[in-house]
This record gives sequence, structure tokens and C-alpha cells, in this order.
Amino acid sequence: MYVIIGNSAAAIGAVEGIRQMDESSQIVIVSDEPHHTYSRPLISYLLLGKTNEQLMKYRPDTFYENNNVTLLAPHRVTAIDPTEKTISLSSESKINYDKLLVAAGSSPFVPPMTGLDTVEKKFSFMSLDDARALERAVDDQSRVLIIGAGLIGLKCAEGILGRVRSVAVVDLTDRILSSILDEKGAAIVRRHLESKGVSFKLGTSVDNFEVNRAALKNGEHVEFDALVLAVGVKPNTGLVKALEKDKPLVNRGIITDTKMRTGINDIFAAGDCAESFDISLEANRVLAVLPNAYMQGETAGINMAGGNAEFNKAMPLNAIGFFGCHVLTAGSYVGDKIERSEGETYRLFFAQDNLLKGFMLINSPNRAGIYTSLIREKTPLDNIAQMIFDDPSLAAFSRAERKSMLGVVRYA
Amino acid sequence: MRRIYVNEEWCLGCHLCEYYCAFAQTGGASMALALKDKQINPRIHIEDAEKYDSKGAEVHFAVSCRHCVEPYCVKGCITGALSIKDGVIQIDQEKCIGCYTCVLSCPYGCVAPADDGKVMQKCELCLNTTSGEPQCAKNCPNAAIVYEDRG
Amino acid sequence: MGVYDFFPEYEVVRNDTTCVNCRVCERQCANGVHSYHPEITPARLLADSTQCVDCQRCVLLCPTKSLKIVQSNNTYKLNNNWTKKEINEIITQASTGGVLLSSMGNPEPYPIYFDKITINASQVTNPSIDPLREPMETRVYLGSKPEKLTRGPDGKLQSNLGPHLALAMPMLFSAMSYGSISYNAHESLARASEELGIFYNTGEGGLHENFYRYGKNTIVQVASGRFGVHKDYLYAGAAIEIKMGQGAKPGIGGHLPGKKIVDDISRTRMTPEGSDAISPAPHHDIYSIEDLSQLVYSLKETTAYTKPVIVKIAAVHNVAAIASGIARSGADIIALDGFRGGTGAAPTRIRDNVGIPIELALAAVDTRLRQEGIRERVGIIAGGGIRSSADIVKAVALGADAVYLGTAALLALGCHLCRACQTGKCNWGIATQEPDLVKRLNPNVGYKRLVNLMRAWQHEIMEIMGGMGINSIESLKGNRLMLRGVGLNETELGVLGLKHAGE
Repeated sequence: MYVIIGNSAAAIGAVEGIRQMDESSQIVIVSDEPHHTYSRPLISYLLLGKTNEQLMKYRPDTFYENNNVTLLAPHRVTAIDPTEKTISLSSESKINYDKLLVAAGSSPFVPPMTGLDTVEKKFSFMSLDDARALERAVDDQSRVLIIGAGLIGLKCAEGILGRVRSVAVVDLTDRILSSILDEKGAAIVRRHLESKGVSFKLGTSVDNFEVNRAALKNGEHVEFDALVLAVGVKPNTGLVKALEKDKPLVNRGIITDTKMRTGINDIFAAGDCAESFDISLEANRVLAVLPNAYMQGETAGINMAGGNAEFNKAMPLNAIGFFGCHVLTAGSYVGDKIERSEGETYRLFFAQDNLLKGFMLINSPNRAGIYTSLIREKTPLDNIAQMIFDDPSLAAFSRAERKSMLGVVRYA
Repeated sequence: MRRIYVNEEWCLGCHLCEYYCAFAQTGGASMALALKDKQINPRIHIEDAEKYDSKGAEVHFAVSCRHCVEPYCVKGCITGALSIKDGVIQIDQEKCIGCYTCVLSCPYGCVAPADDGKVMQKCELCLNTTSGEPQCAKNCPNAAIVYEDRG
Repeated sequence: MGVYDFFPEYEVVRNDTTCVNCRVCERQCANGVHSYHPEITPARLLADSTQCVDCQRCVLLCPTKSLKIVQSNNTYKLNNNWTKKEINEIITQASTGGVLLSSMGNPEPYPIYFDKITINASQVTNPSIDPLREPMETRVYLGSKPEKLTRGPDGKLQSNLGPHLALAMPMLFSAMSYGSISYNAHESLARASEELGIFYNTGEGGLHENFYRYGKNTIVQVASGRFGVHKDYLYAGAAIEIKMGQGAKPGIGGHLPGKKIVDDISRTRMTPEGSDAISPAPHHDIYSIEDLSQLVYSLKETTAYTKPVIVKIAAVHNVAAIASGIARSGADIIALDGFRGGTGAAPTRIRDNVGIPIELALAAVDTRLRQEGIRERVGIIAGGGIRSSADIVKAVALGADAVYLGTAALLALGCHLCRACQTGKCNWGIATQEPDLVKRLNPNVGYKRLVNLMRAWQHEIMEIMGGMGINSIESLKGNRLMLRGVGLNETELGVLGLKHAGE
């Protein structure tokens, strides 16, 4: 019996991984959300009207049935007993497992803010229910204040802008998307968002809330009708943290090896709650992006079912767009900079020790995966024609390399 | 499984594959009717490299989806729009929301925006077109693009 | 075009209604006929017909079939004596002061005797044979055959058979040098020959090192320039051909311009890069049959009498007497090349006015050798104007053991007989050494097309033979009773050794 805690990308990856090895054994998924598996990043598109709950389903309606999966939802897991090999549910029942995957995701992180309890309409923006609640709370006269100019906050801004009177975003850092963009890149995206009507208060934070009014530390005041808290997220590591005895099981996320095993036998972890080895930074970190979650989950699934898979290609990977402005980033921003920018097109690469380490591309998305592959495969840059930084092409590779790309079966 | 394979030794850079690809997607009966005065947006692309091979000939080659066995695009797709059916990587454009994660993932640069730029498109081996077989390979004048089983 | 030029004889016609501006025509024309003009509205492709050689490359690649090339109807005042052709040639020569050059075979309207000969078929008294149900032999052994059988003291046959070429079907690819045609064309011919069990011929260009592996299906040529000839080369082939003459240009030598002699071609020919390779008109060591015999035997000595020697001559007026001499020189095979035979470059006047038709030459030679009782001393290969399996059947019945196919093979590889080989800009990748053009002939495709053509012809030959009630190509050889002339005069019938239809 395989048990999976969580019902998003990592969990689905695990089911598909298990089924590569084991076509029949029972799989149980426990989720605290009462939904068919859905794509979490799509909640902003739901607000935009570009998708709906049916299209948001991450896998077809028949997925659980076809894969012999029992979905227990909504159920919250309260504890894991690795000795008895059971998990406890909030309903006080227990489920036995042979192999367990913790794919519990992350939760919004809300720092203490004075007067936050006086705000009536306040929301996170992490789940389908969050998005539905926000949608119900606003109308075309609403003024929305978003705390946090990161990926979640800005996708929320994009999603909600067309439905409301105004959207203001406050962030403590002096630029938007500070986790993935530098100043110059952030300025381009900011200009674009401002041109669409989003206003920013950067380099400041909320001093206190008073019902519908936020007083900022820079002295300004912002009136709002709805508040979205998108300051950050924290990995849901509690279930594993509770098992810690002599050796650490959790850093910032649950510690895993390349087979996605935790420090406890038969317990695996994957997705936003887990750490993995970032090959671009050569360090362990939480890489809370969907492609990593899926691949971690799939790797865990294969190993849970007795296979031998390793996930050793983890790195930051962000593809995000705002009103047609596409921001694609990957890897880590270490080493020498190589810039090929023009106007509102931003192309910045980072190279170290003859390897591409990371890049930011704004308004220049085409064929970006060729760069990603250079990082992922650790391709020596002196084997590649430098023209590749002007324009991603396979022409920059050697003929032999190209033949191995285009003339044989590719595994990836 | 049969896939598209490219042999740059024989690619002439004539770009016909791009036109036959674009035409196949229209499902029309006449290329003239389908493509006249249109900017084509094919799923296969010729790279005209500004360099020469060992025999002194210009290097050209076609690039289209490799239909990888372990595809990053499918694994990374945030919506589930990309999937593998019988080894063929297909895209459900109704589900696609144009996030470009697949573009960021594909090592060959073979997923690209469709005409409206809002959803992605990629080679599906013409299996969903009326022709039912890859038109780039069928119409390549020099067998530089072939559709065959290499394992 | 200036006042001393002339209007193009062929015009490119584009249907702008259906053209989708894909520009494949522009990309694929080595002559720069097509050009794309985004600066005009609507943007269009235009064609400069003055540069067009009518090779049909653009016509066939155009995905919307929006192109065709038509004969111009621009007309000089009609004159049956001074035709457009004659006038244009004078205009050209008055401008250039040079010899007119052209290529491929004589295109002029001389009679084609193959088209005036019909083939017999069995009815009632002698049953025809169904080649699908009964054995049908197209295998041919080319070489000298003993005049009589001898037996040893034990009564058993003594073998005194010289070296032979075994052909699975009575066809060979004729001599086309590496240099006149491309590496990929040679590879196509070599691989097809290997697969078919026949032979191709190096021409006077040497044998590229990569093609030694096809040696058992290769005929190596020794011509007046001796280009590319060395011991390993002679040993590499299955037979050695001494080229005395060529049907397209009897009496003159060859000329490969220095600009075509690059890299591998220079190395293979053993001539300096960039300098013209001129084959003299005569072999300077051959002024008589006796001299020829010396060369035949020196080649045989060199190769330890393991290779048959072919002597190739152009079909000229006294071809029968010359052939008789060759048969007595020690050569194993005579190759006759008629005046329709192709070339990579020849003076137009020579190509179009010198030599005689292969049908007449072949019949005359076969008759003469039979009369002299030496027909079995040599095999006869007829070439220069063989266009179909029917022509092959007729040639065999007129006395040939096998035929040389040059133009037909090139057509299978994509040639459309634009007759501009001498420019070196063959759009089909055949008669060119420009890397971007050579690449257009993918030998993987080319060799299969040659195999297809030869297999198709072999099949047709079997059907025609079956119809005649003949089950072996050897039984057809020289069997002129199987042919009749139609519309030929008595002299022609006499030379051909044929009765008229109805006789």
C-alpha cells in the first residue's frame, strides 16, 4: 500500500512514477483540499477568465480510477508513526502504509502585522479556495492591496486587475520579483505592469492596518477594500519535523537525497515541502516550482515501487508572464555576467567555470530551453559558439553534438 | 516507435518542410488557398547556420520535436496540457494557458507559441491532420528529414 | 540583354495567384533566375529568364505548382534555312569569338533507327513464355570466348576461358568521370552497380579512394591523358577500358576546366589543382592496331591477365573495319558509342555533326565480325542513345552483348537534360563540384532510383523476351530475325541486316 500526503504535482508525479513499476497495488492519496487534482499556478488564470475549474484539472477526470488511486479528501494528516507504519488522520482513523510520500506542499507565511485582525477581507493566494474567496469578495469598485511583489502577489495582481477598480502592491524590497530578477530586469517588468494599471509601493512595508486602511512605514496611506497577503510561503514540514530525534530531518524543507528518501525508512518527500540539490548552485535548497515538484514526485514514486531512479537535475526554473510580458529565468545568478539586451528585451546570462549557471530573459522567451539545457547538462561553454547568447540555436553546437540531438532517440 | 530524424548532411535549407508543415496544420486541400499571403508558423524550423561543413557546403538542418522518452516539457507542464500518447507528445491547446514553462524546458527549442501567441504548439507528427503522416519528411526533396523507427 | 543578345529561348512563367512566396525557387536556382522583392506591393518573386537553363528544379520543387517553363514564342521572321537556332548561334559566336560548347547528347532531328524497328512475338506455333512462371535468364558474360572447345586426354573439357565480366542483366553504366560528375553521383552509380550485380565506369577521372570498395563492380578507364592511372587503380577494377573515342565528340579529346579540379578531384586524377586537365585527341602511343595491341597487352601484363580489357570507340564511318582490328588486337570487349551519346562538355558542332547512329554501327560491326568468323573473340557493348528496355532488346538482337547507359542513369538521378553541364552549376547535384550543389544528390536516394530503373527494365526485357518465346538473353543476341524495319529504305535495311515489316 502506497500512501501519499498531498494531491498536487509531486503527488501526481509519484502516482505516475509508481505506475511505471507497479501497475496494480493500491495507492491512497490524502489531501486537505476537497478537489480533484488541479494546477495550483492556474488560480490567477481562473480570475483572468482564461481557464475554468474543469480545464484546471491537472489530470483527466478518470485519473484516480485509471490508476487505482483512492482519494481521501478533505482529510488532514495529523501524525506519522514510522514504527507502526501508519498515519493518523484528523478523523482519528489510521492508515497503514508500506511506503509513504510526504508531498504536503507549503503554506502562506504571514508575518505579524499590527492591526491585521481589524481587516475584514483578507486573503491568501495559494489555493483554488483562496482564489474563489477573493473572487467573491471583490467587484469593479474594489480597491485591492497586495502585500508582496513576488511571483504569487504579482500573478494575483494580473488575475484580479480586470475585475476591480485598482490594485496596489507593497513590498519591502525596492524591486519587484526580487527572488528571480535583478534591478534592471525588475524595472522592465514593473514598467509593463504599471502601464497596465498596477501601482507599486516599494522599499516599504505596512506599519499597521486599521480596518480598510494601511499605514506604510514611509508615511503613505493606502485605502483598500480587499487585502491579499502574499509575503511568502513556508514548506509544510511539521509531520516530518515531529519525528526528528538525534539526526536532523528538516532544514528549511524536508531533507532528501537524490532518490527523494527522507532520513526515515520508507518515507519519501517531494515537492514544495522538500529540499533538493540545486545543480546550478551546488547546494541543497527548496525549489518550489512545479516542474521540480513533478520530477521529484515521479522519482519518489519509482523508488517507492522498488525502482531505482535519481533526480539530479533540480534547479530553479521560472516561467511567468504578466499581460504578455514573459519572464523566463533559470539556475543561479553566480559568476560572470553576459548581457545581450535591447530596449525592453532583457537577456542576462551568468557563467562560471566554463559553465552556464543561470539566466534571465524578459520579452525574449523563444527557445529558452536550449539555455536551460546548457545548465542542466553542464555543457562546457567553450564547446559552444558564442553566438548562442544572441540567439538560442542548435547551430551553436558541434555537428557531432547536433547529430546526437537530432539523429537518435532522445530520452530527454 | 517512428520519429522524425534529421540528417544535416543532406539538408539543402530549401525550407519546404516548413511550408508543408504549416499547410498540413490548416487541413486545407490546396496550399495556395491555405497559405497565400499568410505568415507561416510551422512546427518544424530550418536553422540556416552561417557556417560550412567539412565538404565546404553551407550547414542547414531542420529541428522539430524529438518526442523524448522522458520529456521535460511534459513533466514540467503546469496545466497537464502536454501529455504522451503512444510515445507521441501532444498538446491540448484548450488546456494550455501559454505560461512558457515548456519553452523553458525543451532542450531543442521545439515548443513555440501558436499563431495567437497565447497557447503553445509543437510537432505532433501530423497524426491529428488529415494526412496522418509527417508532411515534412514526406515532402523533403533530399531525404534529409526521415520518419522511421530507430528504437 | 543588349542589341547583340537574343531573347531567351525558354521563359519562366509564374502563377502569382497561387505562388505563396515560399522562395524555394530562389533558394534552389544556382543560376540566380528567381529573386524575391519585398519592396514591391504585393511582395513578389520575379524571374530573369535570360539566366534560365530549363533544368526544371524550381518547377518540381514549387509546392503550389505555380511555375512552368515554356518555349518562347518570340519569333524571327520564319526561314527554313536560317532557323532561330542557326541565327542565335551566329549571334553568340560573333560576340564571343569562341567555339560553341554544349553537353549531353546530340539533340538534332536525325533519324532514330530504334524507332523504326519492331520486335517479334510468338503466336500459335511457338508458345510464348510467361516470365513470372518460368525461368528467364538475363545474365550475360562479357569477354572473349574460345573459338573451339578442346578436350584433354581424359576426354574432359579443357578450360581456356579468359577473364569475363558477369552481368546480372545486359546493362552497364557508361563512363562518367569523377570531376565531370559529382562524388555523390559516383557513389550512387557504384552502390547501384553493387546491388544490381552490374558495373559502372570511372571514366578518365581516376577512382576515388572511398570507392575502391566497389571495385568488383567497377570498370576502370585508361584514356589518352592517362589521368588517375596507376597500378592499384588498374587492379581495383573488374575490367579495364581503353577509351579511344567517345560518341559525343569523336576525334577530339577531353577538357576538364581547372576550376573543377579541386581537392579530391585533383588527387584522384593525379593532376595539379586548378590547372586544366586536357586529354589529347589521340593516344600519342597509338597510331595503329599494333600499337593498340601493345597497350592492351601491357595492361593485361600489369594485371596478370586477370582483367578483361575493353576498347571503346566512337561510332564512325569505318567502324566495322576498326572493330575487326580491335577484335584481333587482343581486346576482350569492344564498346561502341553512337553519336547520341552524352558528354559533360563538347564543342556543339562536333557533337551534332560527327559520328553515326549506334544502330547502324552496331549492326555493321556484328555483321563484319561474323563474316570474318571472329565475333566470339569479343563481347560487344553498344552505347550512345539507349533510352529504354525496348532499345536494349533491339540492340541485343542487332548483335550487342550488353549496353552502356549514361544519359538514362543521369535522368534517374534527377537530370532533366538542360544540357548545361559545362557550366558546372548543375542544380541537381550531378554535373557539378560546388559543395552546396553536390549535396542536392543524396546517394541514398540516388542509388535506389538507379536500382529501380534497372530492375524495371530488366523486368520489361524478360516480358519482351517471353513474348518472343526466348528464355535467355544469350539466345537473342544477334537474332535479327526477331526484328523488322518499318519505313526504312533498302540500304538502311541492308546495313541493319533486317527484313522489312511484312516480309
